[in-house]
Amino acid sequence: MSTTETTRPETALEPTRGARFTGWAGNYLDERTSISGLVKELGRKIFPDHWSFMLGEVALYSFIVILLSGTFLTFFFQASMATQVYDGSWVPLKGIEMSAAMKSTLDISFDIRGGLLMRQVHHWAALLFIASIGLHMLRIYFTGAFRKPREINWLIGFTLFILAMLEGFTGYSLPDDLLSGNGLRIIDGMVKGIPIVGTWTSYLIFGGEFPGTDIVGRLYTVHILLGPAILVAALGVHLLLLVINKHTQFAGPGHTNDNVVGVPIMPVFAAKAGGFFFIIFGVIVLIASFFTINPIWVYGPYDPSPVSAGTQPDWYIGFADGALRLVPPGWELELGGYTLSLNILLVLIVVGVFLVVVALYPFIEGWITGDQREHHIADRPRNAPVRTAIGAAGVTFYAMLWAAASSDLIATHFRLTIEGVIHGCQVLLIVGPIIAYFVTKRVCVGLQKKDREIAMHGYESGRIVRLPGGEYIEVHEQLDDYERWKLVSFEDYKPLMIRPDKKGRITVNQRLRAAASSWFFEDRIAPVSRGEIESSHDGGH
Amino acid sequence: MAKDHDGAEGSIVGTTVEKYGDNPPTAGIAVVVADQIPNPGFPPFRPRVTDLYPEKARQQERRVSALFVISIIGSVFAIAAYIAFPIVPGDIGSVRINNLLLGVGITLGLLGIGFGAVHWSKTLMDGHDLVEQRHGTRGTAATREKAVEVFTLGNKESGFGRRTLIRRTLIGALVVSPLPAVVLFRDLAPITDPVELLRHTLWDKGVRLTRDPSGTPIKASEVTIGSAFHVIPEGLNDHEDKLEQKAKAAVLLMRLKPEDLHVSADRADWNYDGIVAYSKICTHVGCPVALYEQQTHHLLCPCHQSQFDITQEAKVIFGPAKRPLPQLPITIDADGYLIARSDFTEPVGPSFWERKL
Ligand code: HEM
Ligand code: FES
Repeated sequence: MSTTETTRPETALEPTRGARFTGWAGNYLDERTSISGLVKELGRKIFPDHWSFMLGEVALYSFIVILLSGTFLTFFFQASMATQVYDGSWVPLKGIEMSAAMKSTLDISFDIRGGLLMRQVHHWAALLFIASIGLHMLRIYFTGAFRKPREINWLIGFTLFILAMLEGFTGYSLPDDLLSGNGLRIIDGMVKGIPIVGTWTSYLIFGGEFPGTDIVGRLYTVHILLGPAILVAALGVHLLLLVINKHTQFAGPGHTNDNVVGVPIMPVFAAKAGGFFFIIFGVIVLIASFFTINPIWVYGPYDPSPVSAGTQPDWYIGFADGALRLVPPGWELELGGYTLSLNILLVLIVVGVFLVVVALYPFIEGWITGDQREHHIADRPRNAPVRTAIGAAGVTFYAMLWAAASSDLIATHFRLTIEGVIHGCQVLLIVGPIIAYFVTKRVCVGLQKKDREIAMHGYESGRIVRLPGGEYIEVHEQLDDYERWKLVSFEDYKPLMIRPDKKGRITVNQRLRAAASSWFFEDRIAPVSRGEIESSHDGGH
Repeated sequence: MAKDHDGAEGSIVGTTVEKYGDNPPTAGIAVVVADQIPNPGFPPFRPRVTDLYPEKARQQERRVSALFVISIIGSVFAIAAYIAFPIVPGDIGSVRINNLLLGVGITLGLLGIGFGAVHWSKTLMDGHDLVEQRHGTRGTAATREKAVEVFTLGNKESGFGRRTLIRRTLIGALVVSPLPAVVLFRDLAPITDPVELLRHTLWDKGVRLTRDPSGTPIKASEVTIGSAFHVIPEGLNDHEDKLEQKAKAAVLLMRLKPEDLHVSADRADWNYDGIVAYSKICTHVGCPVALYEQQTHHLLCPCHQSQFDITQEAKVIFGPAKRPLPQLPITIDADGYLIARSDFTEPVGPSFWERKL
């Protein structure tokens, strides 16, 4: 972990008071903690610069904002469902019975200075947190940064994503307002739909019949203790592995699989990242000062009877809600006197399988390529057309589930029938990913061909010249070596050739791998070689 | 660009020779290109204006400190706003002002630091890229040998591998020991059987239908054709477990023209002169089904758009729900108030495994 040449000649100066103090403090600490070793190891660690590498940082910083604002909220929030009569500042609800949770959330909003701000900071930060984790995951996926040695960190990141949604949902349920109770009602109904254990599981979760008087207290423990503890631990391992594996970097002149090029932690990255934390924090506070989120005072306390149309869960739960809507009618069976709720099971299975495939993708691709080497150069998405196409299909699938969660809004907004929108979503859920797959793959291969063209013959400069013979040609601007390198330095795989093993047999595993690898790498575009460049130059342009 | 060009000649896929020795990991089906285009190495460093002109650097320095000063002003402003714009009880405008000014102050306090630090790093800190070598993730051969040795010694000195009796009983004990923790969670819920509870609601023979939430009884004559009432059983509001009971007993009352209703034989006396009562709890996952379309007599669940046709005994005509909404048999008492003939004849709400038993 050595960095090279990091000091510059210093002009010798009298140590100032400040410098003497720093020296003393450093010595004091090191003699007691051996901290100098850590500083030496990490202080000049190199971080490559790319905007997409900041997505993970956004997630990290918004999480810190969540921790800070959430801790403030715990001082005022009462996680109890004991019934109280509201007598606070929000007149429309005066005299109404509600749980202590709802009442204290209203008090945070209307009777504690800065309380509303902190609630809104907490909620906006939560939305940003989950959104940035999602985008961060997409960037890892589409650049192949999950490949060896980072498969385990992909799994940890995936866990973080699930935990984030869990935290979001439990937090959303805490204020015990109409929408949060309705969300829990849906969870209750889904849990009850699980065969054999469902009824009892729901009974245990709610401490009796829905809604009971326990659930907010229980979710509170999950929301502020269990969830954050596991999240922080997983995040710690995630970052530790990041330090051990180091960052990936994009291909570029001088960048190799054996080095990391970028800015050192001390001082440039520390200043940039530290500053970026304050910017994220500031932007969240700015949004929270201007835009209301989750106005529970409009919804009122939870009551199992009233509803309002067009209410939505927080966006990250939308895909599950959409999945529930898209189940075709009549999917429920009776088996020997027992009820099998396929309309719920199907959702659990489809969403479950989708998530498992996401979690395991690095291992699947690793098995197909059989490539055991370490990969530190991030792929450009076009250079892995099938992976990119699968990703696009996955995104489309998720997006369709998500869109379905707004089927009623889509219907009213575009003056369509609910039935039409649902049927449309059902069709697009299946057809959409297939189309996305083929279109994306074509686009990738097209871009690769264009890259090849440019690497060999240069850009069309738009400049027309007249040759002495009277003929007009467009001048092609050749790339310099640095620019060309970005276009030609990528990895190339070819489908697996089936060969009998030592005993002369062809294993099923090999057949499967061969089939999968030809699906992946059949339409490959090889990177330009040195010979090709030379001959294209000789061809004279 | 970079100050140090070591290793810039390496290929896109590294060698990690140091760690693997003569046994490099397999490249699988990767194509090893023989005449790959060589890595051109780092392009030359392009200095910034602040690197070239000291006065530009000083200008940026002032800019950075100005941002930090703005931050201080913002934070102080936030404190001042907290004190100067308190929340006036009952005045929602004051909440808004407090939220806004406090927020803007804190925002400035944070953004000033943020933009200042980033600007500093971009314009004034050393702009060279640095290079750090990777060394392969796995330990060196020597380290790995040592690690294996540690395990071998541990095994030898403890006899973990040899003493199978100890090993197996230990594993057994470790597997069994967490089980009490599982059992401990049994009392998350009461002893009573949930299935029994799900089967019954507060409705019973003679219980009056009352308005939700006021609890006033409803006369059949008040229910005009085309109208719909949100209904709870009489006395619900006095119940200790009001919400749990309401979550099962909420009912929607509608009056249709008797000839519009297709009544099955065994339900002939369940409606009263075209007045019908249906459970409001969706048979999908339990949202309240409360959007009533008067013209079509359809009930729409806002959660996942299941639709129920009231003229056909709340049959599902669209959406993911399977079962019709359970019907509450009703009639009137001597004073003309609507009452239930009995409880629901089947469990209300979402399906569950033991529903039919
Ligand atoms: C990734 C982690 C977290 C997420 C995504 C998250 C999300 C949420 C959301 C969406 C709400 C509803 C806020 C509202 O009323 O609009 C909430 C409420 C709450 N959260 Fe969190 N939270 C997280 C972590 C924490 C932590 C670590 C704490 C405490 C240390 C905390 C404390 C609270 C409290 C006390 C409430 C209820 C107060 C209220 O609703 O205003 N949260 N959370
Ligand atoms: S709860 Fe009514 S449709 Fe899902």
